[in-house]
Amino acid sequence: MMLKLEKRAQPSLLWTYLTPLVAVICTMIAGGALFAVLGKNPGEAIATIFWQPLFGEFAFYYRPQLLIKGAPLVLIAIGLSLGFRAGIWNIGAEGQYIIGALTGAGVGLAFYPAEAWYIFPLMVMAGALGGWAWAMIPAVLRTRFGTNEILVSLMLVYVAEQLLAKMALGLLRNPEGHGFPGSRNFQQYPSGHNAEIITGSGMHWGVVAALIAVIFSYILLNRHILGYHIRLTGQAPRAAKFAGVNPTQLILFCLGTSGALAGLAGMFEVSGPAGQINIDFNVGYGFTAIIVAFLGRLHPVGILLAGLLMALTYIGGEIAQSNLGLPAAAIQMFQGMLLFFLLAIDVLTNFRIRRTKREAV
Amino acid sequence: MDLSSISPTLLLASLMVAATPILLAALGELVVERSGVLNLGVEGMMITGAICGFAVAVETGSPVLGFAAAAVGGAALSLLFALLTQVALANHVASGLALTLFGLGLSALLGQGYVGIKPPPTDKLDIPLLGDMPFLGPVVFSHDLMVYVGLALVVAVWWMLNHSRAGLVLRAVGENHDAAHALGFKVVRVRIMAIMFGGACAGLGGAYISLIRVPQWTEGMTAGAGWIALALVVFASWKAGRVLLGAYLFGGITVLQLNLQAAGVDIPVEYLSMSPYVITILVLVIMSADRSRAPASLGRTFHASS
Repeated sequence: MMLKLEKRAQPSLLWTYLTPLVAVICTMIAGGALFAVLGKNPGEAIATIFWQPLFGEFAFYYRPQLLIKGAPLVLIAIGLSLGFRAGIWNIGAEGQYIIGALTGAGVGLAFYPAEAWYIFPLMVMAGALGGWAWAMIPAVLRTRFGTNEILVSLMLVYVAEQLLAKMALGLLRNPEGHGFPGSRNFQQYPSGHNAEIITGSGMHWGVVAALIAVIFSYILLNRHILGYHIRLTGQAPRAAKFAGVNPTQLILFCLGTSGALAGLAGMFEVSGPAGQINIDFNVGYGFTAIIVAFLGRLHPVGILLAGLLMALTYIGGEIAQSNLGLPAAAIQMFQGMLLFFLLAIDVLTNFRIRRTKREAV
Repeated sequence: MDLSSISPTLLLASLMVAATPILLAALGELVVERSGVLNLGVEGMMITGAICGFAVAVETGSPVLGFAAAAVGGAALSLLFALLTQVALANHVASGLALTLFGLGLSALLGQGYVGIKPPPTDKLDIPLLGDMPFLGPVVFSHDLMVYVGLALVVAVWWMLNHSRAGLVLRAVGENHDAAHALGFKVVRVRIMAIMFGGACAGLGGAYISLIRVPQWTEGMTAGAGWIALALVVFASWKAGRVLLGAYLFGGITVLQLNLQAAGVDIPVEYLSMSPYVITILVLVIMSADRSRAPASLGRTFHASS
């Protein structure tokens, strides 16, 4: 007897929906084992991460955090999912996020201390443009010279991090900051502040932008010829070629859009929850968004749910860190594990397992 | 600014040290890619090797055992990637990214108790006669063992790929896995072995950073070296000899910018620090004009449908 994989004629619809759920459950089990090895009560640790932020004693404080942490993840992941569907791999969203924050904050700070209604919209545009421009580097290099966009976009993350350090210590440094690194704080600059729309809800403009992105991406993928081309290129590249899909346009569009959305996420973060440009501004949303995109099955609604789940693990991880002394790295590993299980279980979408008698060789 | 403080002898000597981690990792990845597998998890395997090697070296006091543990750690992590891509038939790019994210988390977790500790020192080889030569002695013949292991590995990989039956099978699998399968070669087995070799090499490269190059443990200390190693394979057009050339080129740039920083050149530190990455991109652009040398089955999933 041996197990054999047999290709399904059609991808299984059941497993398409079941895979993320099974992956989450497997991660909880494996994560529980990990926490047990670290000497923590696994049940308590899992409950702290997944239950406390939503229904625990201090849930009123943590629930808004869900939107604050989820919005950038969803915004970035929506952009990434377009490219991932077509086999265009932008893994440098972290860099585009940083540059979007820099350009957005730069425009805002240029107006300081003027107060006007148009400052914030200009910052939004600058943030999107900054991220777009940063993503255009790998896009143009790929379309003009055939350079691998994975490596270029990733390298640009390190370049962006250095730029961030330079800006926080130089050009954008707060002139009244007594020489400390970091820019002026947008929370004290009403025209440039991405304030909560409803106080105490965590609902800021980035959340609105993320929801709009989800809706637009859904329409694009299901109702628009461009979305059809993206899906076609991913599923059958040769058929796409014969159907007249222009790969250059597709690469420019997918990388550009994901860059612009990542830039927006950075801009909303710097002008809202983070408040200022500083050396340690970026916390890895650009990389976690990759997990979000896959966990959401590259589907807009899926990404929305996956983004909230990942935000939950961030918040729960912080609580577990302070209450149980769980190391911060454990939660990072937990997130990586989730992607592993997802990819492994995903095989059941396209294949079924058959038991066969050992073949005579 | 005082450029005369930069000694060419020291510069070239430290170039060989700076090049070794990426040389080791890139050689491993070269073998992996020649077998038709694209493993983007080099960064994750390097950092895991870095902490495995560091921890074992600190606990046992033996750098040699440390390097052995690093190779085992890197190979063990790569086995996860092998399971995903070869058994569960997952997408290579996504699995590689998962490996890097997982490896960064895992290493940070393992390394918690090791921050701020000095590892046991690795002895430099004391080669009689050769080591006493003027200029060449300090530049080429006064390094630790791993530098020469890296060089020997270049020759070994080159010979294996081009002059052995194992190399021929490996290349056949990488160029056309369906034909190789039809000829009766075990495609999956060959690839899993190649992936584990790549993991072991990346682990060694990572341990070289944490045990010799830096030498201490900090979270995320490989800082993109794994990605540079991946770029190096493209730069080398999938040839072992050119990997060596590329590694020395990148090692040279890294060392030079560090020396320029120390000499207080009029360029901001941040711009100097980003130069290795910018130059990597430029080199990639120049080299990517010729894609014809990439193994034909690179990154494609193999499923024996019979």
